[in-house]
Amino acid sequence: MKVVLQNLTKKFPNRDKKIKGEVIAVNDFTFEIPDGKLIGLLGPSGCGKSTTLNLISGLQKPTSGQIFFGDDDVTNLPPENRGVGLVFQNYALYPHLTVRKNITFPLENLKGKDKLTKEEMNQKALEAAKLVQIDELMERKPSELSGGQQQRVAIARALVKMPRVLLLDEPLSNLDARLRLQTREEIRRIQKETQITTIFVTHDQEEAMSISDMIVVMKDGVMHQMGKPQEVYDNPINLFVATFLGTPPINVFDGYVKNSTLYIGEEAVLAVEGVKDQDVYVGVRPEGFILDENGPFSCDLSRVEIMGRDISVVSTHALSHNPTVRSIISAENHINVGSEKVRFALKPYKTLIFNKETEERIYFEAD
Amino acid sequence: MMKKLSNSSLKGWLYLLPAILFLGAFMVYPLIDVFIYSFEEGYNSASQTYFGVGTYNYSYVLHDPYFLQAVKNTFLLVIITVPLSTIIALLISVGLNSITALRNFLQTVYFLPYVTNTLAVGLVFMILFKKTAYSDGFINLIIMWFGGGAIDFIDGPYWAKMFVLCFYTIWVVMPFKILILTTALASVNQDYYNAAKVDGTSKFRIFRKITLPMISPMIFYLVITGFIGAFKAYSDVVAIFGTDLNAAEMNTIVGYVYDMLYGDSGGYPSYASAAAIILFAIILTITCINLLISKKNVHY
Repeated sequence: MKVVLQNLTKKFPNRDKKIKGEVIAVNDFTFEIPDGKLIGLLGPSGCGKSTTLNLISGLQKPTSGQIFFGDDDVTNLPPENRGVGLVFQNYALYPHLTVRKNITFPLENLKGKDKLTKEEMNQKALEAAKLVQIDELMERKPSELSGGQQQRVAIARALVKMPRVLLLDEPLSNLDARLRLQTREEIRRIQKETQITTIFVTHDQEEAMSISDMIVVMKDGVMHQMGKPQEVYDNPINLFVATFLGTPPINVFDGYVKNSTLYIGEEAVLAVEGVKDQDVYVGVRPEGFILDENGPFSCDLSRVEIMGRDISVVSTHALSHNPTVRSIISAENHINVGSEKVRFALKPYKTLIFNKETEERIYFEAD
Repeated sequence: MMKKLSNSSLKGWLYLLPAILFLGAFMVYPLIDVFIYSFEEGYNSASQTYFGVGTYNYSYVLHDPYFLQAVKNTFLLVIITVPLSTIIALLISVGLNSITALRNFLQTVYFLPYVTNTLAVGLVFMILFKKTAYSDGFINLIIMWFGGGAIDFIDGPYWAKMFVLCFYTIWVVMPFKILILTTALASVNQDYYNAAKVDGTSKFRIFRKITLPMISPMIFYLVITGFIGAFKAYSDVVAIFGTDLNAAEMNTIVGYVYDMLYGDSGGYPSYASAAAIILFAIILTITCINLLISKKNVHY
């Protein structure tokens, strides 16, 4: 089921009554989520991700705009008629019911011709439980389960009605690091098996990048960029998207362009064809540095961190926005730790420049 | 040889000492004393003498028509008011919880009886219900306006008096229950309701399957304290019907105990003690039954 959001806007009245006006949680969203894909809604906290999810689920009504599931306009449908499954951040499992009862709960609400017999319900619950591999735990109470198991029960409960769209609100935030890795693979597998269009919300860019077919990057209620994770990472459209994606984060410097050459300070670091003379922000991904004794760009070396496969060179630069400049180079390089200066050449396609006023990306021809 | 008390456990006992002393002197000792009195026949508190030891006090109390009347009144009061007040309080709390406008105002209004003196409220009830030579009372005016005959609720038939007492008791215990239940309802995580809403759960089913189990510990607490409170009813009855409760057929068990000690027929601490012990046994039994039932239906 493809999901289309059209000019979707949600405003809330300001909490503080002394301040007039409204808070715009979601501002004029328009995007289309293709059928059967796993989409990550990504942004810093408070950017309107969860509100977007609530609008899609129907728990909140948009101020304006429309939502389509396939060709159906569901904007004014109550949640139960939309065919959505929702997994809450805290799972919201009913603590007084067993796992089985929790999973069959949505089925027991069916009325009329959809009404199921007890056997059918148990059958469906078992299928959903098998899918998330908790069929051994059916008679337990949620309090007797681990966080990861509770998460699976919540997913099974959301899936048991075979929703058209599955929504997950920060599904991994309550799990420890190891379980998080495991569960995100699990979510990916379940989504692949069921082929249900799935939208999940997260503030963890690594999480979103690793399992999503597409990511949507948001900030302050505005959608900044949507695309395949690698594309968004390689080609961010503005400074925010560039800095938000990637660990370690992109290194940002003050720079300027003169005569089609990019300068950071006095050093001419890169040829940029077709860019007008102007002040710019220069973003260099950590993997965009090449260790080169004759390289054009010099930094003050702080230390070298050896991580086995890679070496992380930590240095400082007067024009850097980050306190340190972090570059990741292959461990095959030898680095002379004794020297105070370290020199780099920059990879053109890992170096991004942005307009100083609008922070929009400035594209240039790489050699 | 006893193990030497460690320093920290000595300290613990030291902290507990004041509470132990006070509870021992003013609760445990009197309780034991009452228990002993109840077996001492014909105890005279002035001369501190008694004729003998046995179960005659119990036998007397259990055959006393006034006591039986008091037991009947108390049980009726308990059976009628505890469930009714809890259910009504639950309905009002759910209502309060689902509105936003006027909520704080109404919460205050519902809480007012709690801070009002019992005797003052009783007086108001008497004025509302009492029929005198000069006035029929406010309630009777309403009944007559609907075409009914005037009833004397204070000195009239038994059922009418019982009605006033139950009405009054429910009204008086309501604020506390509403306070507890609105708090309990507000503390249920909204996500449970959202989850149920996404699944298309009907309002009634949400209430029965989610709200009730979630607040069941609080309901249980109210039922237990409600039972105990109603079994110990006395001042409310005095506020409406005056002190001569035996004549009004409206005595309660605690009222009977009081009468045996200080009333017109007073001066019988042995009978009073026996009646008090019987009340204690009744409350203990009921509370145990409650606890047993709660094991199945209360979800912590």
